[in-house]
Amino acid sequence: MATIQIPTPLRTYTNGETEITIKGNTVGEALHDLTTQHVALKQHLYNEDGKLRAFVNIFVDGDDVRHLNGESTAINADSSLRIVPSVAGGLVYQHTINMRKSQ
Amino acid sequence: MALYLPEDIYKQVTGNLIDAYPNEGAGFLIGKVRDEQRDVCMILALHNESETNEARNRYKIKANAYVEAESTAEKHDLDLIGVFHSHPDHPAKPSEYDREFALPWWSYLIVSVYKNKVDHATSWVLSDNRDHFIEELLNIE
Repeated sequence: MATIQIPTPLRTYTNGETEITIKGNTVGEALHDLTTQHVALKQHLYNEDGKLRAFVNIFVDGDDVRHLNGESTAINADSSLRIVPSVAGGLVYQHTINMRKSQ
Repeated sequence: MALYLPEDIYKQVTGNLIDAYPNEGAGFLIGKVRDEQRDVCMILALHNESETNEARNRYKIKANAYVEAESTAEKHDLDLIGVFHSHPDHPAKPSEYDREFALPWWSYLIVSVYKNKVDHATSWVLSDNRDHFIEELLNIE
């Protein structure tokens, strides 16, 4: 079966496992299986609208699925998936809030 | 939770963030986890990949930098335990944008840099339900 590598900060939700065996014919099905096995992961991978969060990147055999077919990207039993977070942050919303308050 | 940061590593962090001023600077914290305590053993300062006109109030680290940082931590038999970044000319309190992009479990060390000088630092952990940050003890020694 395919496997998926879990990034360090999410391993607290996989009992410390770094790699999980997953079922599915597409990336979406594989992620569904992953979040069924480890339910608490779901809120960190998906937003309230059921979309992958902006910082969640999924790679299949080294390729970002955004450059393939997204969650419809086909996988097979030998596929190696990886969750790679984009790390970001900053003051940007604070600036927006301050600007709104001053108007 | 508590983040322990040796004085010499804290100076590396602040040196990098002062160099980045007036833009935001950022990097990874690598170290050991002991129950509710994280000990920072090394840092990886990174280039802020934000567009030039956004870098003053936003930081962004590319996905491949994450992969390299995790690999570096593993080579040293350590863990990737968090991220540091600066808030230029603002308090060291996490913003909504920080929360939106935050990962659970990690320590988020924020350093307030006013007029090219470090003012204060705080450290935060995202709540399990993602709706707020919890401030953790920051011990610099």
